[in-house]
Amino acid sequence: MLNGPVIVTASFFYLALLFAVAWWGDKRADQGRSIISSPTIYALSMAVYTTTWTFYGSVGRAAVSGIGFLPIYLGPTLVMALSGFLLLKMIRIAKSNRITSIADFISSRYGKSHLLGGLVTVIAVVGIVPYIALQLKAVSGSVNLLLEYPDIVMPSRSTTLPVLSDMSFYIALILAAFTIVFGTRHLDATERHEGMVAAIALESVVKLVAFLAVGLFVTYGLYDSFADIFEHVADDEKLRRLTTAIPSGQDFTGWFSLTVLAGLAILFLPRQFQVAVVENVNESHLKRATWLFPLYMLLINLFVLPIAFGGLLHFNGQGIDADTFVLTLPMAERQEGLALLVFIGGLSAATGMVIVETIALSTMVCNDLIMPILLRLRGLALAEAKDLTRLLLGIRRGAIVAILLLGYLYFRLAGNAYALVSIGLISFSAVAQFAPAMIGGMYWRGGTRGGALAGLSAGFLVWGYTLLLPSFAKSGWLVADFLTQGPFGFSLLRPQQLLGLTGLDEISHCLFWEFFVNIGAYVAVSMVRPPTAAEASQATLFVDALKHTRPVGAAMWRGRAKISDLQALVGRFLGPQRAESAFAYAQNLGGVAADELEADAELVHFAESLLAGAIGSASARVLVASVAKEEPLSLSEVMDILDESSQLRSYSQELERKSRELEDATRDLKAANVRLQELDRVKDDIMSSVTHELRTPLTSIRAFSEILRDDPKMHLADRERFLGLVVSETERLTRLINQTLDLAKIESGKADWHATEVDLKDLIEQSLAATSQLFRERGARIALDLPDGLPFILSDRDRLIQVMLNLLSNAVKFLPAGSGLVRVSLRAGANGLEVSVADNGPGIRAQDQQIIFEKFRQVGDSMTDKPTGTGLGLPISRRIIEHFVGACGSIALREKAPPFIFTCLTCRPLY
Amino acid sequence: MHRRILAGERLVAAFLCGCLLFNYPLLSLFDSGGTLFGIPLLYAYVFVAWAGLIAMMAWIIEGQSE
Amino acid sequence: MSKKVLIADDEPNIVISLEFLLRREGFEVLVAVDGEEALAKARAERPDLVLLDVMMPKMNGLMSVRPCAPIPELASMRVLMLTAKGRETEVSKGLGLGADGYMTKPFSTKDLVAQVRVLLGG
Repeated sequence: MLNGPVIVTASFFYLALLFAVAWWGDKRADQGRSIISSPTIYALSMAVYTTTWTFYGSVGRAAVSGIGFLPIYLGPTLVMALSGFLLLKMIRIAKSNRITSIADFISSRYGKSHLLGGLVTVIAVVGIVPYIALQLKAVSGSVNLLLEYPDIVMPSRSTTLPVLSDMSFYIALILAAFTIVFGTRHLDATERHEGMVAAIALESVVKLVAFLAVGLFVTYGLYDSFADIFEHVADDEKLRRLTTAIPSGQDFTGWFSLTVLAGLAILFLPRQFQVAVVENVNESHLKRATWLFPLYMLLINLFVLPIAFGGLLHFNGQGIDADTFVLTLPMAERQEGLALLVFIGGLSAATGMVIVETIALSTMVCNDLIMPILLRLRGLALAEAKDLTRLLLGIRRGAIVAILLLGYLYFRLAGNAYALVSIGLISFSAVAQFAPAMIGGMYWRGGTRGGALAGLSAGFLVWGYTLLLPSFAKSGWLVADFLTQGPFGFSLLRPQQLLGLTGLDEISHCLFWEFFVNIGAYVAVSMVRPPTAAEASQATLFVDALKHTRPVGAAMWRGRAKISDLQALVGRFLGPQRAESAFAYAQNLGGVAADELEADAELVHFAESLLAGAIGSASARVLVASVAKEEPLSLSEVMDILDESSQLRSYSQELERKSRELEDATRDLKAANVRLQELDRVKDDIMSSVTHELRTPLTSIRAFSEILRDDPKMHLADRERFLGLVVSETERLTRLINQTLDLAKIESGKADWHATEVDLKDLIEQSLAATSQLFRERGARIALDLPDGLPFILSDRDRLIQVMLNLLSNAVKFLPAGSGLVRVSLRAGANGLEVSVADNGPGIRAQDQQIIFEKFRQVGDSMTDKPTGTGLGLPISRRIIEHFVGACGSIALREKAPPFIFTCLTCRPLY
Repeated sequence: MHRRILAGERLVAAFLCGCLLFNYPLLSLFDSGGTLFGIPLLYAYVFVAWAGLIAMMAWIIEGQSE
Repeated sequence: MSKKVLIADDEPNIVISLEFLLRREGFEVLVAVDGEEALAKARAERPDLVLLDVMMPKMNGLMSVRPCAPIPELASMRVLMLTAKGRETEVSKGLGLGADGYMTKPFSTKDLVAQVRVLLGG
């Protein structure tokens, strides 16, 4: 089944699927319904970091050095912990300055320098080409392997095919075509590539699934478990040494260098900058990526060691390259489907990297290398062309093809000499050069264009001399003496023992020297002279990017420009229609009348940043200057503006803070007022209830007293009856006052509570004895269900008796005369002891069940009689029970049929 | 605001902690050749420490949004 | 012929005192303990005056005033409102609904008798 046509068909189907996803993503983006607006997709797109270098190469490195492959992933994990500072700042800066590449970033920071942008581009292209070669090597290697199936034949290293019959050449062309279709399909060159990001995220899933599948197959198919593999390993002396092979002492520098390199690569590789910074749609997505992306790296590395050892054990001495274990293990076991899945996984890893990397590089080549030259060479002719968007796209497409062909060239020249991991490290070391200029530029105002140029070029030269040239020498393209004797026999200049420095591996050696000269030159040259006006103003834009109110570039511009000139200029690079709509939008926003001729600084800055997105900040600066009459600012003027604006900024910050505080205070006041009004209303209601309850007995008392006073000759029987009524009304008044005070005390938290051990059964029996007279009068029966042996609870005995008396007298009140029945029961419920008092009275309607716990609210309407009592019994009972919440649970009321008042108080037992 | 600053400080602490965990000399404590559940101690340590660091970062970040 | 007075109040002790008081003054006294009963007794017995408690169970006292006015045979009946709330709004609501006077609880028995006499035209 695994033959040429199947492999080709599968590959093309997979590429077509990717294209469909990308097309769909672009379409949705056009409609404004982004499919990549998700932190998970953002994190997955960052996983473009894992290329074939990971997919095939990690196993190869593990087979030689045990966990020596891990720093490549530990470094980025550590740096991601700092992403909230570093990456966030890069995203902010890139967004506010419309920066689309790392070359543009550095060029823009140091005064929009063409020279600097060009240098960064050259370093990036030269540095990344080996990396692209690596992907070609991996893909063509995997195709070659699969074509020989069922045999496993290592590609021969000696024969070199002619270009036209070399499959890698065609793979490079196919990838170029695919990238062009992906990255430069649109005529507008400024927008982000949403469809591409969606496809990259999908590829990240595919390669992870493929790798995990092989890992599971080897670990649990070929062997029984992780432990089983390592048991086999323990039997082999040579392999066993790999399990403890860790860097310590002297070797540690290699481990440490790799961690540093990989940590810098995650920030400064052009493709990482593209997905993490340029393609970022929402900076809050960074949060999830901070941990999800490291988690992805952990998962994809989980099975590297089992596969490496599995391969070493399986192919013991057969001369199978460890870089191919991921593919050859399934092949050797005749797992055709799995082998195909692995191939697709590897293809994902390669295409993802190649697409993003070449898009990023082609943007740099176009904006920072070719456009500046074209503008300079035939500036006038170019400026006259109506629409340059096609030219821009053409340059980018050409750059993509050229970069891939360069990759192919490197592959032909040096590819066979190196294992995958070593090639990748050459690229990592190259992009690490950007660190001083980038990080310094974001945090140090003093860095200058000269410093950045000096540092970058010195570092680049050292990198080329100590790492790139040796890679050529090792592949036989240069004489080997160059490595061992030094150029022309100068042994101090031996590329990998520079100035006699020995004892370091080649990567650590290169890293040390390139950082030594790069940082040294950057700092030293920067300090020779103070920053110029242009450098100082850009430094402020970059260094203060995370400040509360960001500085604006418009403040640094002074001059005159016609709106029509600016719009025409932008139109040439973005297309007239987009320019028109962008200008209409900006003028609308800034309140500039459409017929105004003179552009203000804001609009000039807006036009410049539009252009910067399309052709880079340095070219944009030059072009805007060509249509505007500018007055150059001196350094002291820039400094004044900066001071002024920072002062203004601090004033406006102060103002903002004040007004925020005021708003907060107003809101608080309003809320307090609402609360007060509410309290007022409640107090009013209670006052009116209390007065009503007080007036009623007072009325009777006064009336009877006056009757008695006015009629001294009244019958003795009447007199005694009336006096008795006066006394009972007085008692009612006293009760009311006592209960009101009691409730007030409880509510204000001033009541005394005496918690003691309480036997609920005993307490209920006492309460029943106290109310037995009431029950007798009503002719009511009491049914008891009080089991023995229940635990004691911790509570206030007197208060609980008060509650019981309230509930019992309440129940009695509504009993039907003669046939009344009150059921009192005690049981251990789910949350503690439950006491229920139920009666066969009329019950309480659902809507009244809360009301009866409110003060002075008696649900008289449904009763035949006017309820007696103060209307405070149940509220007090509830407060008492609520006081014991935690210790005592809640008081709940349910209606049951036949209608019972069902009161349940739950108490957690003491022991 | 204070929460955010605190989360930032915690992430820096996680970074420093990771730098120590994944480097000499701490690493060299685990190359004894022993095993944990049949897995070489060194490998088990690196992966567990790595997973722990990621979990810590996730906890710091996701806890912040509450 | 003595005048008929209907006492409508839900507080038994107040009813007892008012009943005794008005009987002593020579009126014929009827008693009702809630709004419905008050309305029914008023229709059946056609009292000359109702002493009406504003807050009563089943049909609020205020509500039982309202139906009185449109009933022709009750048109001549006077209504003296008794209120324990004494709020301006309650009083004006009651007067607006057709009450002829009001007394705030607790009241002086002398004043009450005087008011009753005034309303009944001496």
